[in-house]
Amino acid sequence: MSVHGVSGEDRDDYTKEESREIRLRSRRLLLQLVRPHVRRITWTMLLVVISAGAGVVGPAIIAYGVDTALPAILDRQDWLPLWGATIAYVVSAVAAGVLMYVYTVSSARISQAVLFSLRRRLFDHTQRLSLEFHEQYTSGRIIARQTSDLESIRDLLDQGLNELVRGILFMAFTGVAMVLLDPISGLVLGIALVPAIILTRWFQVRSTVLFRETRTTSARMIVYFVETMTGIRAVKAFRTERRNDDEFGDRVEDYRVANHKVISIFGVYEPGIIALGATSIAAIVLLGGIRVIDGTLEVGVLLATALYARQFFQPIQGIAMFFNGYQSASAALEKISGVLEEQPTVPEPVEPTALEAAKGRIDFDEVRFAYATGGDVLPALDLHIPAGQTVALVGTTGAGKTTLAKLLARFYDPTEGAVRLDGADLRDLSNDDLRRAVVMVTQEAYLFSGTVAENIALGKPDATRAEIEAAARAVGAHDFVSALPDGYDTDVNKRGGRVSSGQRQLLSFARAFLADPAVLILDEATASLDIPSERLVQEALQTLLADRTAIIIAHRLSTVAIADRVLVMEHGRVIEDDAPAALIAAGGRFADLHRAWRESLV
Amino acid sequence: MSSQPAAPSKPRIIPSLARLMPYVRPYLPRLLAGVGAALVGSLLALAIPLVLRALVDGPLTHGDRDAVWPAAIAVLALGLAEALCIFLRRFFVLQPSTYVEASMRRDLYARLQQLPVAFHDRWQSGQLLSRAVQDLGQLRRFLAFGSVLFVVNLMTLLVGVGVLLWWSPLLGGLFVLLSLPIVVVAFRFEQTYHQVSRRAQDQAGDLATTVEQSVHGIRVLKAFGRGRHALDGFTSQASELRSTEIAKARQDASLWMWLTIIPFVSYAVCLFVGVWLVTVDQLTVGQLLAFFATAVVLNWPIESMGFLYAFAIDAANASVRFHEVVDTENTIDDPERPATIAEPRGRLTFEGVRFRYQDAPADERDLVDGADLVLEPGETMALVGSTGSGKTTLTALPARLYDVTGGRVLLDGVDVRDLTREELRTHVAMAFEDATLFSRSVRDNVLLGVPGADDEVLDEALRIAQASFVHDLPDGIETVIGEEGLSLSGGQRQRLALARAVAAKPAVLVLDDPLSALDVDTEAQVEAALRQVLAETTALIVAHRPSTVQLADRVALMREGRIDDVGTHSELLARNEHYRFVLSSLEEAERNREVNL
Repeated sequence: MSVHGVSGEDRDDYTKEESREIRLRSRRLLLQLVRPHVRRITWTMLLVVISAGAGVVGPAIIAYGVDTALPAILDRQDWLPLWGATIAYVVSAVAAGVLMYVYTVSSARISQAVLFSLRRRLFDHTQRLSLEFHEQYTSGRIIARQTSDLESIRDLLDQGLNELVRGILFMAFTGVAMVLLDPISGLVLGIALVPAIILTRWFQVRSTVLFRETRTTSARMIVYFVETMTGIRAVKAFRTERRNDDEFGDRVEDYRVANHKVISIFGVYEPGIIALGATSIAAIVLLGGIRVIDGTLEVGVLLATALYARQFFQPIQGIAMFFNGYQSASAALEKISGVLEEQPTVPEPVEPTALEAAKGRIDFDEVRFAYATGGDVLPALDLHIPAGQTVALVGTTGAGKTTLAKLLARFYDPTEGAVRLDGADLRDLSNDDLRRAVVMVTQEAYLFSGTVAENIALGKPDATRAEIEAAARAVGAHDFVSALPDGYDTDVNKRGGRVSSGQRQLLSFARAFLADPAVLILDEATASLDIPSERLVQEALQTLLADRTAIIIAHRLSTVAIADRVLVMEHGRVIEDDAPAALIAAGGRFADLHRAWRESLV
Repeated sequence: MSSQPAAPSKPRIIPSLARLMPYVRPYLPRLLAGVGAALVGSLLALAIPLVLRALVDGPLTHGDRDAVWPAAIAVLALGLAEALCIFLRRFFVLQPSTYVEASMRRDLYARLQQLPVAFHDRWQSGQLLSRAVQDLGQLRRFLAFGSVLFVVNLMTLLVGVGVLLWWSPLLGGLFVLLSLPIVVVAFRFEQTYHQVSRRAQDQAGDLATTVEQSVHGIRVLKAFGRGRHALDGFTSQASELRSTEIAKARQDASLWMWLTIIPFVSYAVCLFVGVWLVTVDQLTVGQLLAFFATAVVLNWPIESMGFLYAFAIDAANASVRFHEVVDTENTIDDPERPATIAEPRGRLTFEGVRFRYQDAPADERDLVDGADLVLEPGETMALVGSTGSGKTTLTALPARLYDVTGGRVLLDGVDVRDLTREELRTHVAMAFEDATLFSRSVRDNVLLGVPGADDEVLDEALRIAQASFVHDLPDGIETVIGEEGLSLSGGQRQRLALARAVAAKPAVLVLDDPLSALDVDTEAQVEAALRQVLAETTALIVAHRPSTVQLADRVALMREGRIDDVGTHSELLARNEHYRFVLSSLEEAERNREVNL
């Protein structure tokens, strides 16, 4: 079993090596994210130190005021030291406050910059990943990565760095002061660090596993949530609300338990560390007390070491909290780095072949295609389509028509052989060139939230309003769009709630029309249209397809009629290939289909 | 790109948080115990340095060897007691907080499932998700840490100020007076912070929506090569969120700044005045020292008020966002005294049915504009009409996915609004054109409406829908099909959705263009098999093709929201020109074209 990429993401039984591998991956990502901000982090930390210093000056000034300024007034009527102390205090207060403002904003900038670049990187990467990945990795999980996992990282970045720096500095200074003051007490602290490290190690090992569990359970919960909300109509129509309540409730409970487990072990770790601190203070008092009585230690020194020891352990709570946040964020980074580790199975070429203006000649050269799960979909396809030809693909479900279309749109790469456009292997074309030349319209006409115009403009982001309207007019969508409340500026809202599926298809046709590609692939793109709309679309297609190559997959043979050439496919092979009239005349498979369709029309 | 239905009004912190009471109440004793433990803990933390001082100054200095052990043990006991208090606080508070979070999350989900489809049309799912995940997480953390710390630190603060006043009423009073500007700062902070905080939450929700759409619409984005375009949109949204978060941090930082400056400047003034008081014999040096020793202890409670205040505002906003959804009136609810249909026969009647979206402009005609139609038991009615004539909307009304805004829909003479939704939707099953499949096994997907049914029902339904391809899937009918059935073709998904509707064995079957993605052969086979089912079942079928119309006993023609004509296919062909336009003109065009071939 592998833990590369997202595989094994749901497992909770990693071996030591696997666990190490994943952790390393997550740490690498963290370093990459933090590296660009090293300078800013450094000076922010410097501000933290100075500000902490300014805060520490306070008590010293008060001591000065009482010990020096007061006698000065009483003895010599000299008010200057008091004025000096007061002003110094005010200055240090303002300095501490302003510095605090600056470093708080600065560390927010750092944390937001890290989050921003991680979000963007994750978004970009998931967009690049091939369909094959998306078909297996549910959308809910990607959403979970982008939301709740990022939230964990944010918690770490927000809460902790200042505290950590302050805490460590404080402990270091106090520790040094102790050793200088009384080496024996310093030794006690040193010894206390051993169980502290053991306890920390225990917490680290346990919490790594448990935090992973929170990430997995939260993703499972989110996946379920998203799916319910996406399919709410079906949920209602088939009355699955109660079952969903139970199922979702279970996932909520799993997440709760996972969360609670993490919180519980932290609830042992934190008081554990504090108890250790208490024990070492008691030991210092004991050892110190004996030495005071023996006369080998000053009372003042004992008091100082006891108070220092107390101080030494105070910031440890903050550090423990930071560590907790770090563990949580690491678990999230483990999952995110897994997604980022996935490579697109349809990669962009490093040195793309330039394709200025595509003509639209298509060649399938000895193409074999099989899914990773096995089974040839296309055993050996050799197909050559001259530029400008309109080809219709006909055949039963599973004959390989859609696969052929997807290979041409480079949603997949062939297992063997090559698909070429104007003689260039699709694998050698840059994504931009390829997408400009080849556009595929599918039956699933997805609308994004935004206006109708924005949705059409997806075909050509810089299109003018006139171009958008012209495209809509060309496919016969203009009338219904104009009838919408705000015309082209109507918000289509969630999943096109207000637009019927036929209308959605018209809009996606308009998109394709606007994109104006050299090669157009229509995969069941007219299935949801009623007959008058389909007729309009076909009329539009007559002009649209005139000067470009087109591959049309349609069950309705009406669409086929506008084709120059028909391919009948069966089990991944082309069994008939000719002009439609010729095929009908020849009396083969297509002629049968055509007759059946004719009969169905009556 | 975002649409946010609810206009955020300014929430008041206490009332917004008080609304969480029903969830918190069961755990109130534990929360109070947690506050108690935290109080004892912070008292111990204050006491330990004093005890250390007393021990060292007292018994140890006097060279009493017997006192060393008890002193050390006392120190140990106090320290351990502090650790225990921390343990107890966490123990008392944290578990309840996870329970509160979980039960709120379940309630939110349950409520969302109950709310009508119209609600879901309006609300973007990212907004719902961010409420269910981020907001509730925020509330849990506030409950577990924020609220307890708030109470404890506030009490420490009050006690501390009391002690200050006790040491020296004059100095203490001066300190309080000089610290009053904090109230102004805090007030101004609340004015602005709650807006930024709310904006950040909303923007996080919008970002989640964009992520979701980018994944659900991945095929379109890939087909048009618009990944970069989508990334640009996402980037600008993410940078808006970033600016908001930084604005939020600025607010935070400025509050903390004042919370540092104001008390410290007060101390400085107190130092000056205090020393002066000593010189005029109004105060002893001991009192002055004691005053400052106490004042230093108050630093942390004062400082912490800053982030606790922000925390409370975040939590209040989260509570408001939660309640925005939960409080939404469910317009499609069960009746108080539901009717029941003992033996459903499947007579479906539309009487002057009207439907319009709530936010449709007043001058727009109703989407369904007074439709009258009767389906006799067992009858199959095709619903034909041009795009946008209201067919799909009409089909959503019998199962109450939407409620009529005028007229009524009757099932066996009973208004569908008088039945429980559970019963109604047992009688009426639907197949949608865009077939939604869930990431479960094929079996579970098909038997969605009849979870307990046996294999016979399953096989029968699969046979009728010509979905035998499922047996070729890796695990046959136990194969878990991808979310939304992404790894199946459109035609395959449609057949499973059809199988699902058939398996439910309803009295009324509503099919929205259920065969659009099927090839001619398969369509013919499905139709042949469907005929048996339709013989006994009332069915309303949206049809775009003559072939689908063939399934029907009668055809209803829909035009501009009304039922224009009802009759058999040939009757309508003969007498209704619009019908010929909608259904048969293609055929003619086809003939013309073929002449040219």
